[in-house]
Amino acid sequence: MKNHTMRRALAAGAGLALAGTLAACGGGSETGGGGGEGATADEIEAALQEGGELTYWTWTPQAEKQIEAFEAAYPNVDVNLVDTTGTAESNQALQNAIAAGDGIPDVVQIEYQSLLQFQLPGQLTDLTEYGFDELESLYTPSTWGAVSQNDGIWGLPQDSGPMAFFYNQAVFDEHGVDVPTTWDEYLEAGKALKEADPDVCIGNDTGDPGLTTSLIWQAGGQPFRTEGETVTIDLADEGTTKFVDMYQQVIDADILCDIPGWTDEWYAALNEGTIASITFGAWGPGILEGSVPDGAGDWRIAPMLTYDGTPVNAENGGSAEAVPADAPNKLLGVGFLKWLNSSDESIEAFMETGGFPATVKQLESDEFLTYESEYFGGQAINEVLAGGAENVVEGWQYLPWQAYANGIFADTAGQAWLGETSLADGLAAWQADNVQYGTDQGFTVTE
Amino acid sequence: MSAAPPSIRPAATEPLAPARHRPSRLTARVSRAGAGFVMPFLIAFALVFVAPLAYSLYLSLFRNRLVGGTQFVGLSNYADVFVDPKFWDGALRVMLFLAVQVPIMLAIALVAALAIDSGRLHGHRFFRIGLFLPYAVPGVVAAMMWGFMYSDRVGLTGSLNDLAGFELLVPYTKQWLLVSIGNIVTWEFVGYNMLILYSALKTVPTETYEAAAIDGAGQFRIVRHIKIPAVRGALVIATVFSIIGSFQLFNEPQILKGLVPNLISTSYTPNIYAYTLSFQGNQVSYAATVAIVMGVITAVIAYIVQLRGMRRDS
Repeated sequence: MKNHTMRRALAAGAGLALAGTLAACGGGSETGGGGGEGATADEIEAALQEGGELTYWTWTPQAEKQIEAFEAAYPNVDVNLVDTTGTAESNQALQNAIAAGDGIPDVVQIEYQSLLQFQLPGQLTDLTEYGFDELESLYTPSTWGAVSQNDGIWGLPQDSGPMAFFYNQAVFDEHGVDVPTTWDEYLEAGKALKEADPDVCIGNDTGDPGLTTSLIWQAGGQPFRTEGETVTIDLADEGTTKFVDMYQQVIDADILCDIPGWTDEWYAALNEGTIASITFGAWGPGILEGSVPDGAGDWRIAPMLTYDGTPVNAENGGSAEAVPADAPNKLLGVGFLKWLNSSDESIEAFMETGGFPATVKQLESDEFLTYESEYFGGQAINEVLAGGAENVVEGWQYLPWQAYANGIFADTAGQAWLGETSLADGLAAWQADNVQYGTDQGFTVTE
Repeated sequence: MSAAPPSIRPAATEPLAPARHRPSRLTARVSRAGAGFVMPFLIAFALVFVAPLAYSLYLSLFRNRLVGGTQFVGLSNYADVFVDPKFWDGALRVMLFLAVQVPIMLAIALVAALAIDSGRLHGHRFFRIGLFLPYAVPGVVAAMMWGFMYSDRVGLTGSLNDLAGFELLVPYTKQWLLVSIGNIVTWEFVGYNMLILYSALKTVPTETYEAAAIDGAGQFRIVRHIKIPAVRGALVIATVFSIIGSFQLFNEPQILKGLVPNLISTSYTPNIYAYTLSFQGNQVSYAATVAIVMGVITAVIAYIVQLRGMRRDS
């Protein structure tokens, strides 16, 4: 009856755990990771010329075009593309493959916030040994910071998600409300819109952990610090408190629609024009163009809302590609990765199909910056988005178990959006859950 | 019958030895044949039932950590489960659900079965299939369908509230959410239980009803003294199934969580808790422990209900 889903879940979980146990028994430290590896740029190039087969896991729609270009440049290499459909699915599949010691990809897409989850147990290749430290100057500081933690380079940035303020100009015009540029104005504009039409809300949020952490980041908070196996969690630091004081007013004013993002209801509301604005990462234009056709011509992009007029920004989403420590064709994988995320040819193919790069050169190119988007009423959107990348606060870190932390966010912090608790208390309870979890997972957690 | 009583045979005499052995060879042959017949079942049973269970038990003796890997911890996971407030939060919620939803659902199923069996209902075949149809809808689809109808903005609830002019229905609130889930589950399983009870009613010989009618019994008397006693066994079975189903509550809250994330926690039911632990939290061993403890609780309660039901039967 109702139990089949659970049975399957348990069976799958059981399989995963068995593999984990066996791997633990086998003590696979010799197969990968360890010192003495690495290669020079020439050796990598020679390996690519010689050729072979490699497997690449990703959920980016741009991969096919990139692989086409790669195989044209290196005809002896054959790339097997596996579409992992999304970040959660990909993480789970990668965990399974690594635990089983079988079917491990040579190159895999990992969201910045999930990198540590794989790096800490020693499951990723340190690309410093392959001379990747020389590539640092190619990337924006925030994306490079995300891949180079704990004394190593664990991937190459593919894209980035500096946030921006996406708004429906037509809705603001219809009700004669000015588009906000600061959070204070956002609060006022939200009240004005609601007064003009109770069905319209300036934004939607039911307690999205990804958005919340990004907004804490923007406010200058650094609630999570990871130093090896020591994790510090402080969701009451100065920056976090600054965000909480502001956002509590937004919640209390009841100006947000309680529609969770990425649901049918959400897309319907965006198409109807009842949600007047969204704070998205720079990957946002693709989402609106693809799923909100009724908003064509009405939407615009402005720099991220500020607290006091000084432009300060944060990232939301974004991925790197990495080479697993036990990748079967490591040298080829390293070579492909280097080409994939640092060659002009690949990055241009990535951008042609709507990707927002992480490389400074492309972000500053005229062609990119002057591109006028029809959907956004002819606005040069990349100029705004790229401008936002320059103001991203450096030094932010996610928890080593961010995916799980986000999963349990609604249990505690999410209650603030229901009015059951204050945002400050909700975040404190979320912190307590994370301290407990981190300790259970073997970290030394301090508050 | 296999071995002869020793008293009528002198012990250990040479010619008798084969006679003593023959029956045991027969026994062996018989048991080999028997084993052959039960083997397919036993293999399937061992593979799909015993092995996962044993494996879960084995898993529950370890602890998975991001730092330090997997280590043997004996029974300490069990000690943790018994004082885990999140586990008990979910367990008590499904018990409350069980205590309210199952009686309502079975009462509706019984009334429906009696009505269809009464022969006084026009188009009883239509009603029978109509009531049963929701059971054929996959649980996930049913939950999505109801989840949409419950929406105050785009669903049926919104239309009804607009019609009433005030918040008549508020399925997505802390107070009403469990009732909303109960409504979905009842809708899904009334037909299934009705069919169990209806088939039990069909086994009553028509002569019994004729005799009762000749004795002057009215319809309500027949229901009380013949039909309800006749379905008691089936009712016990339906109750046991429903108890198991309630304790395994998963699909409906898990689907609704996507629509109202803050109302359904990751420990809303024991199954959701185990799922979260294992697939988001990398705690497969602890998830296995939660599943085993919940399984034992379910088995005990189902067994008590069955014992009580059967005693009243005799």
